Amino acid sequence: MKGFGKYMIFLGSLFVRRETFMTYYKLTLEECINIGVKSILLFVLVSTFMGGVTTLQTGANLVSPFVPRFIISNVVREMTILELAPTIMAIIYAGKVGSSMSGGLGTMRITEQIDALEVMGINAASYLVLPKIIASLMMYPLLVIVSGICALLGGYLVGTLTELLTPTEYIYGIRYAFNEFFISFALIKSFVFAFLIASISSFKGYYTQGGALEVGIASTQAVTASIIAILLADYFLAYLLL
Amino acid sequence: MIKINNISKSFGDKNVLDGISGEFVKGKTNLIIGASGTGKSVLLKCIVGLIQPDTGSVYYDLRNFTEADKEMKSEIRREIGMLFQGGALFDSKNVEENVMFPLNILTTMPASEKIERVNFCLQRVGLEGVNKKMPSEISGGMKKRVGIARAIVNNPNYLFCDEPNSGLDPQTSIVIDELIMEITHEFDITTIVVTHDMNSVMGIGESILFLYKGHKLWDGSNKDIMNSGVEELDAFVFTNKIMKSLKVG
Repeated sequence: MKGFGKYMIFLGSLFVRRETFMTYYKLTLEECINIGVKSILLFVLVSTFMGGVTTLQTGANLVSPFVPRFIISNVVREMTILELAPTIMAIIYAGKVGSSMSGGLGTMRITEQIDALEVMGINAASYLVLPKIIASLMMYPLLVIVSGICALLGGYLVGTLTELLTPTEYIYGIRYAFNEFFISFALIKSFVFAFLIASISSFKGYYTQGGALEVGIASTQAVTASIIAILLADYFLAYLLL
Repeated sequence: MIKINNISKSFGDKNVLDGISGEFVKGKTNLIIGASGTGKSVLLKCIVGLIQPDTGSVYYDLRNFTEADKEMKSEIRREIGMLFQGGALFDSKNVEENVMFPLNILTTMPASEKIERVNFCLQRVGLEGVNKKMPSEISGGMKKRVGIARAIVNNPNYLFCDEPNSGLDPQTSIVIDELIMEITHEFDITTIVVTHDMNSVMGIGESILFLYKGHKLWDGSNKDIMNSGVEELDAFVFTNKIMKSLKVG
């Protein structure tokens, strides 16, 4: 509970003694590049393969002649939109971006760079962390959209190239009984996860004490805590919204 | 002038500072000296507000910093320049961006003026032509110089240096010490240097405060440190044969 209280105070400190809008604008753009643009390749790669493998495995399990083949892509679509794109990618995002945020801030803390900001009269938490959270909120939902598209394309490629189903069957399955709310649900999840990962990782890094070893520990803790938060939030959001 | 009054600080059961009082004079290099673990850096951090003291107050030219609200603290901090032990340069910024950083954040100066000011400060600390180098590409001594340039770029009224010589060779240490003293005199600022280096003490110690196990045991200048009559200070000063021979002489 003490840690949670400290986390809440940390979040509150982000919004006091702020710098100018232009300062945050520039920092947020830099973070968008670091967080978003530099993660695209990994997201495209992972989600394309994930879509392909999901198609193969679903096909392998639906062997009954009474089940039409387009159900394969239908299942792939539901899995991708509901879980794979927003949740599984969030775990990968926590590993890549969360650990980098935590490690970066932890290093700044132990090399007194954060103290240097404070001595200059700058609210270091707000200056360093707020742009990361805003950039994460902006970029992660976009990455989830990219991931969803890539997973469905990966499924299409694997499904058609292995002649598991025809292109027409795949497209039909993708469009069959489509519930638009699932897209909104995936995006709501992506916003929540983006906030949790950026804020928890920054919190862990910001309060690092010690040396290089502690920076590594803080990064590990950041990823672990983020993943636990993602899974809990995933459960509650599914319970509340579906 | 900076005045500290009855500063105490404990971490758990460990009493690190116990009722430290003193004055740090404007236009002089004021040194806080003592062996490792005596609370020098903690005292410096209490003075700049990075650590909140348990008791006591810090006054910046009669402005009570300890009791000040966040806005007031922020105002005072904008008059402070600080050189950290490791330089604390921002890794992601080059030398020019590091030195320009306080100007970008704290002023509305036009870009051309900022560059002019940065170049002046870099020239003042003896660094030219390194504007575009990254901190990882320069030596420890150069990092300290860049740190000093960043600390003075916004014309501070107060300059703090936390062990400016740590990790430097004796020659570079003297250069850094002299630079700090010259800047102090030239810009008439209140400078506080935390050190345990006797070369610094003898070279730039115009005003010295000696800490021993969290207590202030002595204050004076480098002129009278040899004859302080304080046993603990003598033990700190006369650690090697050369210094001991001076004492005997």
